[in-house]
Amino acid sequence: MTQLTGYLRPDGKVGIRNHVLVLATVSCVTGVIQRIARDVPEAVCVPHAYGCGRGGPRDLEILFRVLPGMVRHPNVGAVVLVGLGCEVSSTKMLMSLIGDAGKPVEVFNVQEDGGSLATAQQGAEAARRLLAQVASHPRVPVQWSDLLVGMECGGSDAMSGVTANAAMGSVADWLVGQGGSVIFGENTETIGTAHVLARRAGNEAVAQQIVAMVDRAERLTHEIMGDLASLVISPGNMDGGMSTIAEKALGSICKGGTTAITQVVDYAETPTEKGLILQDGPGYDGDSMTGLAVSGAQLMFFSTGRGTPAGFPGVPVIKVASNSRLFHAMRDDMDVNAGVMIEGTSRDTLRDEMLARMARVVNGEPTQAERNGMDVFTFMTVHPPF
Amino acid sequence: MTANLLILHPHDNVAVALTALAAGDIGTAHDGEAITAVTDVPASHKIARVDIPAGAEIVKYGEIVAVSTRDIPRGDWVHTHNLESKVWKR
Repeated sequence: MTQLTGYLRPDGKVGIRNHVLVLATVSCVTGVIQRIARDVPEAVCVPHAYGCGRGGPRDLEILFRVLPGMVRHPNVGAVVLVGLGCEVSSTKMLMSLIGDAGKPVEVFNVQEDGGSLATAQQGAEAARRLLAQVASHPRVPVQWSDLLVGMECGGSDAMSGVTANAAMGSVADWLVGQGGSVIFGENTETIGTAHVLARRAGNEAVAQQIVAMVDRAERLTHEIMGDLASLVISPGNMDGGMSTIAEKALGSICKGGTTAITQVVDYAETPTEKGLILQDGPGYDGDSMTGLAVSGAQLMFFSTGRGTPAGFPGVPVIKVASNSRLFHAMRDDMDVNAGVMIEGTSRDTLRDEMLARMARVVNGEPTQAERNGMDVFTFMTVHPPF
Repeated sequence: MTANLLILHPHDNVAVALTALAAGDIGTAHDGEAITAVTDVPASHKIARVDIPAGAEIVKYGEIVAVSTRDIPRGDWVHTHNLESKVWKR
């Protein structure tokens, strides 16, 4: 198979892209990031709605995991960090958490650097400077075992669990067989499958973590939705042939494949084990992708049946359409057509095509979401804003 | 020949109809396994691969997804009218 190439980072991690990330620390500087994005379209510019105004311990824990995690991400070669000056996740706070990022990080603050326009100008200049600098990083040979691949599904239809997720599961099994790692999450999509997932746990401790995770998801769903909890399997799901919540969940979790689950990690937490990793994170696509990426996924597969264009900043997302109608209706957004399984292509044939595509994407071929700039960046919060 | 049935796991006692089947239609899987539909089966729904007695487990993806509430003959449509959930009874 194709020799893979990537970027070897000082911390030993392997990136498959070499981006300059322009990251906001707080929502207040959104316009500054947008100006930099217009000036330097080659940079990956990430404004967001967070960084202040939420003081709950769980939200702070996630905030201080996600933003440093974006800076440390192996697909990022250099960073421009743009802050305001008085926010909770200030540049000073973030830099103290990040420590040695092993890459250049240039820091600006609107309150200290002359206001929004002057900061945008300095940030853009820094981004251009860093782009020139990272251009000298060489691509070097890397292995499948260097990869952590995220498996995500969203905008699903009745075929998602039959074609796209099943094919992604075959990719996952192959990758784990090569010594690589796969991470999947979406705890609300595991309801009813505790017994299945626990049986696949690599050891007893992992089995207990899985049962606790699924129980928590079930309890929380009931707590929040009350009698409507049963609607996690919707009438549309049933029309599509899903008869029970367990059947729906199996259609979702099959995207992780069939190998033993070696570790359960918290939302956006970095795994310490190789193999198949289960993340205790939400099902909502944007929040879920952030959790997988910050955990270290350099690449994601994302199945969809109704069709979503969502990608992720700095991380290639390979879109897998569950049916041919969608593949053609949103041709510019889709990378792989798993609908060919309905027309007679075997799962193994489709898997081999997906592996070949994955190799090309690792080596630099842009995915449709990358080409189109369909980045989505949101993350999980659990407390109300103050 | 184009397969119009998908068997997700060898232990499954149901297959997935990739296209809608009318009663009397023959569904065929990639490996050549053929099942004659005894009722209409909508696309993406389940069809019984074997005779499934009442109270038996319905297995898809190699896992138990439900329990049958009546005898389901080979070729029958398998859905909410002849099974029930083991969790969250709905």
